[in-house]
Amino acid sequence: MALIERHQKTTDITYWEGEIPLNYIYTVGRAGERFFREIMENGRIIGARCENCKKTYVPPRIYCEDCFARLESSYVEVSTQGTVHTYTICYRAMDGSPHEKPSIIAMVKLDGADGGLVHFLGEVEPEEVQIGMRVEAVFKGKDEREGSIFDIKYFRPIK
Amino acid sequence: MGLRRVAIVGAGLTKFYRRAQETPKELAYEAAKMALESCEMRLEDIDCVVLGTAPDAFDGIHMNGEYLIDGAGGKRKPYMRHYVGGGTGVLSPIHGWFHVASGMFDTCLVVAEEKMSSCYPHPAGAFLTIFDHTTEQPLYPTLIWIFAIEMNRYMTRWGLSKRDIALVSVKNKKNALDHPSSQVAAEITVDDVLNSEVMAWPVNRLDVSPTSDGAAAIVLAAEHIARRVTEKPIWIDGVGWALDTSYWCTRDLYYPDYVEVAARMAYKMAGIREPDKEIHVAEPYDPFSYKELHHMEGLLLCKRGEAIKLLVDGVTQRDGNLPCCPSGGALGVGNPIAATGLMKIIEIFLQLREEAGKRQVPGKPTCGVAQAWGDLMQVGTVVVLRR
Amino acid sequence: MQELITKEMVERTVTGLSERDIREGKVITTTWKPNLRYAWDNGPALGRYLAELKNGRIIGKRCRRCNRILLPPRMFCELCWRPTDEWVYVKDTGVVNTFVISYIDWKAGRIPKGQRPFTPAVIEIDGASPGMGILHLLDEVEPEKIYIGMRVKAVWKPPKERIGAITDIKYFKPY
Repeated sequence: MALIERHQKTTDITYWEGEIPLNYIYTVGRAGERFFREIMENGRIIGARCENCKKTYVPPRIYCEDCFARLESSYVEVSTQGTVHTYTICYRAMDGSPHEKPSIIAMVKLDGADGGLVHFLGEVEPEEVQIGMRVEAVFKGKDEREGSIFDIKYFRPIK
Repeated sequence: MGLRRVAIVGAGLTKFYRRAQETPKELAYEAAKMALESCEMRLEDIDCVVLGTAPDAFDGIHMNGEYLIDGAGGKRKPYMRHYVGGGTGVLSPIHGWFHVASGMFDTCLVVAEEKMSSCYPHPAGAFLTIFDHTTEQPLYPTLIWIFAIEMNRYMTRWGLSKRDIALVSVKNKKNALDHPSSQVAAEITVDDVLNSEVMAWPVNRLDVSPTSDGAAAIVLAAEHIARRVTEKPIWIDGVGWALDTSYWCTRDLYYPDYVEVAARMAYKMAGIREPDKEIHVAEPYDPFSYKELHHMEGLLLCKRGEAIKLLVDGVTQRDGNLPCCPSGGALGVGNPIAATGLMKIIEIFLQLREEAGKRQVPGKPTCGVAQAWGDLMQVGTVVVLRR
Repeated sequence: MQELITKEMVERTVTGLSERDIREGKVITTTWKPNLRYAWDNGPALGRYLAELKNGRIIGKRCRRCNRILLPPRMFCELCWRPTDEWVYVKDTGVVNTFVISYIDWKAGRIPKGQRPFTPAVIEIDGASPGMGILHLLDEVEPEKIYIGMRVKAVWKPPKERIGAITDIKYFKPY
């Protein structure tokens, strides 16, 4: 009567293999289009300003999350410099294999914005990184940029 | 029952497109913002938010409900996501309804969104995974097969012709010419439908609704607030929902029992004894042409096998005795899976308020029903609205 | 004629794109191919079902309360909500309950010209309860000749090609 049968040998456990064979192409949206084009064409970082709530969102959105105002006519430039808000040091890749060199991922709060970007830190050793450290974005050359977050190579400490 | 009366007081809809530039969050925002503006409410007047979005596999974002929260106005509010495939759009107001009817919240913003265009090779491919992975998926079925299988059974059971069923596509695509959001509205003939590409006999291309991106939203309010906010609150008088087994091969597909169970639940709550007489306007779910007829029967708007007669006699036209899909339905307006049902709810809302513009059905309707269907021929969700 | 939601309001909400806009990079996009693979445990019922398919037989399970023979077999009856009872072999013949003639595949792509369309069907298997169907393909019959009520028989893969899968039955054909 029991619903559960006990298997004595693991070879008795049978399973069926399969996969979900889909892939995706995501548009970046109206706000995202402006954000990435500014990075790609002008090497600038854009945010969205809500005057009601006195908040500047990075990356920009077309709406304010708190008061729902439309922000499409109040995009503003924010600094490419900022402060390390927090960071971590990665020793392994997503599949578990060890990195040759540990990579440093940081949340950088940009000057002039209430948010920031998550990105790599470069030109710095892991031991030297500190919360509060001042950093600046390093962009790829203009002809190498494609309108992706990797158009920024990494953030490095401001000398 | 001890539950409060709840009304729909505002509504918003985006345009439906095959492929939109907007991200899912931006789509949700456009609909939610329009809904709030339509009743002059602000985000801070909203006590809770419920959101419906169908398979994560379409948008390609895992935990899509949580992702959409900021665009849906749900930040730091009580927020829940619900999902029953295509039935989601009519489950959305039900989900919002019991938030307010229970007395826990006075207002609720209900949002439904879908962005199918991100999915490659084709959004239809995402349906591969709703079949049983071991006993059905190895045969590489598609959802069109199941619809065609059901249509074949329905046609054979009642001796219907494709020529008659094609009238649904003709009617709905024409109705949609007057709908602002419509994606595939057109003036077509029965021959156009019969001559269109055969996808899976008996389904032709013009028998099918398109894949779409889009969003819809409504604002719900408890009675004391609803009467302050608008002169024409539309009351949610009946709700019903039911699902059938996923062993769909063991069911006789010619009749949607699950829709009847949901309809009876909604009619009982609304005090409706003779739906075919007391309902003035209906929006049954119509992802395929025959489905409108199939669901009309499940909604007890006519006897089994007789929906075709109402269609052929013109009863379901906008100026007929029981207009069905005056909006143009999924066949004419578009089918962003979760948002379609809510689009139908919004249509009944507008019809009862006499604010449906050129689509307005005559005769000052005061009672309407909207219904959605979903999953593996499984779910029926029904809402009865009254003026 | 009053309108709460107008065309002007709606037109402003969404920007339509074409497939070309995406392919030619007119808008910025990011791509992702998820690497999602699964090993679904069969459970005792499905495990036995597949093992019997490997042996060239179809097996179901009976629920004594509603007296149905369930196919595919289940450990519990979904109507009576109780564990099911004994295993019952059923035949590999049946009746077509409904069918489709499909010119598209699972990716919504059209099949190549000249290729026989897919003809999936719900087949009520002899020996199981009336109406107890399984999804499978039909072949060795012209699509236009298929009808509801047609008697069909399973065509199996040769024993050494069977692996314990629903595809150990290649298709059903009329007999």
